[in-house]
Amino acid sequence: MPESTPSWNREIEFMDPAALRELQSKRLRAAVKRAYTRVPHYRAKLDAAGVKPSQIKSIKDIHLLPFTTKDDLRETYPFGMFAVPMEEVVRIHASSGTTGKSIVVGYTRKDVATWAEVMARTLAAGGTHRGDVLQNSYGYGLFTGGLGAHYGAELIGASVIPTSGGQTQRQVQIMQDFGATVLCCTPSYALVIAEAGREMGVDWEKMPLRVGFFGAEPWSQTMRAEIENALKVHALDIYGLSEIIGPGVGFECLQKNGLHLNEDHFYPEVINPETGQPVVPGERGEVVFTAFTKEALPLLRYRTRDLTRFIPEPCPCGRSLRRMERVTGRSDDMLIIRGVNVFPSQIEQVLMGVEGTTPNYLLVVDRKPRQMDELEVQVEVSPERFSDEIAKLEAVADRIRSGIESILGLHVTVRLVEPKTLERSMGKAKRVVDRRDLGK
Amino acid sequence: MTAIQISVFLENKSGRLAEVTRALANAGVNIRALSLAETIDYGVLRLIVDKPKEAKAALTQAGFTVSETEVIAVEMPDRPGGLAEIVGMLTKRGLNIEYLYAFVGQRGENAVVIIRIDTIPEAIAALQTGGARVLSAAELSGI
Repeated sequence: MPESTPSWNREIEFMDPAALRELQSKRLRAAVKRAYTRVPHYRAKLDAAGVKPSQIKSIKDIHLLPFTTKDDLRETYPFGMFAVPMEEVVRIHASSGTTGKSIVVGYTRKDVATWAEVMARTLAAGGTHRGDVLQNSYGYGLFTGGLGAHYGAELIGASVIPTSGGQTQRQVQIMQDFGATVLCCTPSYALVIAEAGREMGVDWEKMPLRVGFFGAEPWSQTMRAEIENALKVHALDIYGLSEIIGPGVGFECLQKNGLHLNEDHFYPEVINPETGQPVVPGERGEVVFTAFTKEALPLLRYRTRDLTRFIPEPCPCGRSLRRMERVTGRSDDMLIIRGVNVFPSQIEQVLMGVEGTTPNYLLVVDRKPRQMDELEVQVEVSPERFSDEIAKLEAVADRIRSGIESILGLHVTVRLVEPKTLERSMGKAKRVVDRRDLGK
Repeated sequence: MTAIQISVFLENKSGRLAEVTRALANAGVNIRALSLAETIDYGVLRLIVDKPKEAKAALTQAGFTVSETEVIAVEMPDRPGGLAEIVGMLTKRGLNIEYLYAFVGQRGENAVVIIRIDTIPEAIAALQTGGARVLSAAELSGI
């Protein structure tokens, strides 16, 4: 292993693969047993699939287990999948859901420690160390981004500035005055910060900022180059989702070639989303995780709907933790915009409550240079309820806008369009146009 | 004593206005007056035509979003201060005009103003009391 590779937990990150499989087998056995005895929903699922916990002897048996999906979490909203009594839950986070119900995740004290550990590995892989000043511009709150990065950075011993998102000029000022060396935020916000700095006369070349950890929304290699060029930093991709733990599921090392997965905690599989069967290693498919060390919310074969592939070649950094390619798509219609999960059905729900429109709509996601992702909702005007007064039409657009904003907590633009302008097909109408450059 | 205005919702796309006028021409509809209200994304075209029914049918057929709106057509003297007098009759009574537009007829010295207002009966009464001549739909079509 190259001695120069910065890391947090050498024992795990560079572990002998056979020993790692042994550790995973042990943890899987324990997790299945615990889920079966403590969570009625899991017991019912395993019984229905005809699987007994005793059949799961090693990690190779994982394919016997049924998948877990967002629907399982929704059906058991809010705490039905928790495997511990509430007295042991020290933290609850939630993300937006499709039907008004959010996806709720809980953590025991040990889970919070696990989270800090995997985020420490993430941040250390980019060279973050004690003495670094880390500006954390991920949102703090129900969203897992802010607190996830926070605890990992504190564990390392970096000085954390919990700026959260927004107030960009102030962010730049703080960065300058406090001498931030590390930045955590969404990739599109990194470009907003860069631009704001330039306007304020900041010479990014002279700033002590060294590395940034960007995630919570899809981005591309082109965007990496843009961020690195604008902020004069190493721009690293991070991966995670609330259900599994939050940020910290996967991280890039300074090779910048794929995300190492913290597979001692989150066992990854890549499956064919249609058949549910594993794909040939290296082939694209949907990544599925088993969070076998999580106490509060153990997840067995959780379908992320994120499309990616394993990178079978060993990484020059020396880590044995497997790598996956950056996520480049979804196997469902969910959009991730500025860290917010958006399902077209949520928009539909709002439209049904607003008179003067039809349920025909199109979501257009765009990312203009140096700007945050934007969501435009195009809605067809109803011929029956069309008003010839601009003020009334604008009021309709406003009602849609505020309805969506209150459900998603996301600012959107609403554009009224002529009926039948939106593409229709015999089957499912096309509801989403994603103009962001999300290629590799 | 009201007239029918044909309103069309139009996205700001090149060629849309041409398509409206072509559809009306093909249906043998003559446009007497029009006004276009616009925002960044779309506009509303308001038309006074000789044959409102045919116009609506032709435009609907051509795939446009069309509605009929009840408006008041008032004759006014075609001279400085003509419109001010008409508007004054309404505002004096506290009646709030949504929008208006005017055109000059083919005969005589009078122009016609089209008024869209929520309180139509009150507005007609105010105009007639003030001595203005409110045109019927038939009179308007006949211009």
